[in-house]
Amino acid sequence: MENLLNIFVKSIFVDNMIFAFFLGMCSFLAVSKTVKTAIGLGVAVIFVLLITVPVNFLVEKYVLKKGAMIWLGSGFADVDLSFLTFMVFIAVIAAMVQLVEMVVEKFSPALYNSLGIFLPLIAVNCAILGAALFMQEREYESVAEATVFGVGSGVGWMLAIVSIAAIREKMKYSNVPDPLKGLGITFIVTGLMAIAFMGFMGIKL
Amino acid sequence: MSNHENEPMLSAKNLKLLTEPLGKNNPITVQVLGICSALAVTVKLKPAIVMALSVIIVTAVSNFVIAAIRQYIPDRIRIIVQLVVIATMVILVDQFLKAFVFDVSKQLSVFVGLIITNCILMGRLEAFAMANKPWPSFVDGIGNGAGYGIILVIVAFFRELLGSGTIYGFPVLEKLGIYHAGYENNGMVILPPMALIFVGLIIWYQRSRDKSLVEKN
Repeated sequence: MENLLNIFVKSIFVDNMIFAFFLGMCSFLAVSKTVKTAIGLGVAVIFVLLITVPVNFLVEKYVLKKGAMIWLGSGFADVDLSFLTFMVFIAVIAAMVQLVEMVVEKFSPALYNSLGIFLPLIAVNCAILGAALFMQEREYESVAEATVFGVGSGVGWMLAIVSIAAIREKMKYSNVPDPLKGLGITFIVTGLMAIAFMGFMGIKL
Repeated sequence: MSNHENEPMLSAKNLKLLTEPLGKNNPITVQVLGICSALAVTVKLKPAIVMALSVIIVTAVSNFVIAAIRQYIPDRIRIIVQLVVIATMVILVDQFLKAFVFDVSKQLSVFVGLIITNCILMGRLEAFAMANKPWPSFVDGIGNGAGYGIILVIVAFFRELLGSGTIYGFPVLEKLGIYHAGYENNGMVILPPMALIFVGLIIWYQRSRDKSLVEKN
């Protein structure tokens, strides 16, 4: 339990997807103009990470790893499909996003309408594939750990996008030099926030 | 089709496709594409250059392939088709890096894989390759990959010089005797946040040179 909590806190603050690894920057920059849409996208990302990270974990454990397919019979003990990782992960993500979209549309049209175009675009959000690849690289041991890591990364990403959106809303009233307006100042503010987040470095529960 | 073949391989139009993304239409600073996997690899020049080359190759070839088969791709599943083409290319590049420059491949860690979701790729495939012939698409891919690479290399150059005092592993500052004058390496520059600030400064510089790029709102 302690271990899970540790992974959760670490993935939100220390290994924050945006501030430590710059993952999902494209949508982070494009969709952070107002707080409302930022929250919508943040929720969608958490949702998709919650589903895709554990699924990819299972795929990795029972299909892709060297010797992972031993459950099919001893003849498969030497099969190593790890070179297919990228393609399988991205296919799982694209399929899952499609599935999530259909489920949300069916059961919660209100949420579906508020997420709008963001939901399908999440398939190509680097944060999602990034979380799957980090999950593989860090070799989490159980589905529970992978799930907690996925949710934590999502929460961290949402935290980042909502706070930058809030800052950008306020920044409309400040006098930014013309060439720095928009993209430039957003980069610099994100950098400053990332410096603040470095204060969490080394935290362990 | 037939009159197209008379067009020289590097006509003025194609040359423009190649050079425009380097400056005026840069994928990172102007189109805001592909920042995701870019910044974490800019601590040193070497991984940045390898990353830039990988992206150029993947963008150019997948642009070419998609442009070649664009008439046969059903509209509804085009994203999956594009992802499969990109993923195949990235797997090839990844295996190549693992085989020939293993240490760099370790440094890049997950970021080679993340080329798949690099927005430059999807962006260029959607915006250009789906509507143009293979050769111009190939050139467009090289141009955009290089525009991305150039920012990467600039950021990496300054981060390596200021952060570690070296250029491509060569201890420049030590040879120049700057340390004797009391200079110390700036550890801050090696940390991730400074990459963002450097890109911000590049954007500032570029836009103050070229007023037409300034955002109005």
